[in-house]
Amino acid sequence: MFAYYLDLAIRSLKRNPALTVLMVVAIGFGVAASMITYSVFRAVSGNPIPDKSARLFTPQIDSWGPQYNDRGEPPQALDYTDAMALMRAHAARRQTLIYPVQLSVLPGGNRSLPIKANGIAAYGAFFPMFEVPFRYGSGWSEAQDEDRAAVVVLGAAFNRKLFGGANSVGREITLGGHDYRVVGVTRHWNPVPRFYALFGGGDIFGKPADFYIPFTRALDLQISTTGNNSCRQRIPATGWEGWLHSDCVWINPWVELDTPAAVARYRNFLEGYSAEQQHAGRFGWAPNVRLRDVTQWLAYMHVVPPESRIALMVSLGFFLICLVNTIGLLLAKFMRRAGEIGVRRALGASRLQIYLQFLVEAATVGLAGGLLGLLLTAAGVSGVGLLFRPEIARLAHIDLSLVGLTLAVAIGATVVAAFYPTWRAAHVQPAWHLRSN
Amino acid sequence: MQIQPILAALRHHKAGTMLIALQIALTLAIVCNALFIVHQKLAHLSQPTGIDEANIFVINNQWADSMSGPQIDAQMQADLAALRQLPAVHDATASESYPLSGYDWDDFITMKPGQVQKTTDAAVYFGDTHFLDTLGLKLIAGRNFRADEIAPLAPHHDTVPPVAIVTQKLADKLYPNGSALGKTFYAMNPAPVTIIGIVQRLQRQEVETWSAPYAYESLIFPRRLDGDGTYYIVRAKPGEMAAAMREAEQALIAQNRMRIIDPKDGVLTFAQVRHRAYDSDRGTAILMGIICAVLLVITGAGIVGLTSFWVGQRRKQIGIRRALGATRRDILNYFLTENFLISGAGAVAGIVLAIAINLWMIAYVQMTRMPWFYVLAGVVVLLLLGQGAALAPALRASRVSPVEATRSV
Repeated sequence: MFAYYLDLAIRSLKRNPALTVLMVVAIGFGVAASMITYSVFRAVSGNPIPDKSARLFTPQIDSWGPQYNDRGEPPQALDYTDAMALMRAHAARRQTLIYPVQLSVLPGGNRSLPIKANGIAAYGAFFPMFEVPFRYGSGWSEAQDEDRAAVVVLGAAFNRKLFGGANSVGREITLGGHDYRVVGVTRHWNPVPRFYALFGGGDIFGKPADFYIPFTRALDLQISTTGNNSCRQRIPATGWEGWLHSDCVWINPWVELDTPAAVARYRNFLEGYSAEQQHAGRFGWAPNVRLRDVTQWLAYMHVVPPESRIALMVSLGFFLICLVNTIGLLLAKFMRRAGEIGVRRALGASRLQIYLQFLVEAATVGLAGGLLGLLLTAAGVSGVGLLFRPEIARLAHIDLSLVGLTLAVAIGATVVAAFYPTWRAAHVQPAWHLRSN
Repeated sequence: MQIQPILAALRHHKAGTMLIALQIALTLAIVCNALFIVHQKLAHLSQPTGIDEANIFVINNQWADSMSGPQIDAQMQADLAALRQLPAVHDATASESYPLSGYDWDDFITMKPGQVQKTTDAAVYFGDTHFLDTLGLKLIAGRNFRADEIAPLAPHHDTVPPVAIVTQKLADKLYPNGSALGKTFYAMNPAPVTIIGIVQRLQRQEVETWSAPYAYESLIFPRRLDGDGTYYIVRAKPGEMAAAMREAEQALIAQNRMRIIDPKDGVLTFAQVRHRAYDSDRGTAILMGIICAVLLVITGAGIVGLTSFWVGQRRKQIGIRRALGATRRDILNYFLTENFLISGAGAVAGIVLAIAINLWMIAYVQMTRMPWFYVLAGVVVLLLLGQGAALAPALRASRVSPVEATRSV
């Protein structure tokens, strides 16, 4: 029966090629526009660490006070004083401080000119907290943090560049004029957006870090952050130490808290710490703290670029119009065949059979539209660099789920759009049309 | 033209009428919002920087060795001297940033020391005596820096210089009566800064939404920042850009190899800088443009399709009307008026929808209020589109012969 309906559908579609082409093109463009912008939106709005995002938190402490903070919200990073106090207190299961650095790598191997490398300064807990996968070796220990050890973990791509991908654990490298011993090499690891260093400036949708060094070591060497540095009152003019003890915020703190009770305890701890600071006279205001998990933090920091949100919404609106267009054209097409429907009904076809016949026809249009949409989506995703920033465009890709979704959306939407025209067709009065012909 | 019979006829095609009106409404709502976005993006990306963009290129120079502040300062001066001697180079300067560089240094500006609420937020550039000439800035009042005012600045030191050159925009913000020259302001430091010169225009380093209220409010401090790297801004002699870019990189490497100039984007012409700074604006504008164009075509084609269907359905009635004395023009007018009524109704709904979408975007995606002009233009475009699309089927209808009246009955 299905084959017969399909045959009828194709015959009918061939009868008005212009109308058929118009419907297929409308569905194709509509679904392609939606899928292209969705592929970008999916890439920028995804959860970078799905299995742990609810257990990782970034604490915020208001060290600026009501006169200088952002409409009551504490600064988006910590100053040195508060950051070090959180590390000393050790109130969470795991904790780390993070800031982005850039160091030079001197010529060597087949390179005649120096290159620059982007890295992360963090505590050893960074690796288990963010579940960084290792190819060789491992991260460094808490003891090495305290010893301010000159150790480094290399990113996979950077290890390929320096050591051709070999096991470099135990080798020495020179970064920014200082020697480090390689203790680990990660596998490819690049959660985007780079949630753990959003206050890091640079591109949060960019490439993975080249290397990781101990935070304590980076401070000893007075390596500046390449990320944001935001100050409110006067910065003491005394160089590194003065800057450390200023109100400049630049450190991204993260803690791991496994249970709601632990979260509540940590929140209490932050309140208590701020109250102590108020008591000691450092803060002239009541405690004002926040403890946001990964998802809340990404939302608070507005990491999804507004243009990809707008593009998705406009594309969905476009698709909706294409569907309204299809409803109208299907209605015209089906009603034009009122005579044929009348004859079929008079010859004993049930309403259900009429329904099926026309829905099959609509699904055929949807399938053709979906295939066209797939081609346009493929073309669009490869040309998406014209429409979005290169770093974001790079994230958009076609995978099996996008192909499936494109076809499913095209067919599903067309069949839904066909419900009303089909209902009208199924309710044609056979007698009326038999008489008038 | 009698509207009553048209309305009566439309009552028999409720679904089709509603669909066309709905399509017109949605198309209007999306097209005028999209065009408004396009206009905003285009206006944003064509803002002038105030510098001689055609002849400027920028070298992102990072130091490879860990050098002391004085070593860096000496190397920078040597580099600049070498760059300025090149035959294709007009002038060169060093700064920590440049317009549209994205990397942003901004200071809160106050009129009094210790003032809590900032007066404004100024973009900070560091420059030497060659800064104005290299960027091609137009000094409209006061003077350029003197050589003795230029000093090195170590990172994390906040010694504010006693003098600065500011943009006209910043001068007017601080001293609205136009008397800024020679007056002072404070830049997060208890030491006052005196305005010694005013340049006509110098855009900020970034053009994000947050800094829009402070657009073009920039200042130049007579400093050389001895950081981990610097930007060398070079102005080529007219028409000698390519030669100057080649010469400049070679000259720097010849000076000292221990530097990093990224082979991919270490040297950028200002055209490339502009292209990068606005790529998301341009992309959004292109996307919206394509969607508008395709949308209008599809909506137009949809109207042609439905009107053709109606004409086909009513051939007999048209024939009867023609047999009863209606002229071709009467039939043509009938279908055009019918389309006008439907499109008009759709347009009214579309206006409401367009404004609703605009309000939603204001609330959620940092959009501004859409001027009436866009809605009006959208209405005109869609009514014309509707009439245009209905014309061909209506002409076909007008050619129906009166004989049709007798044929199939």
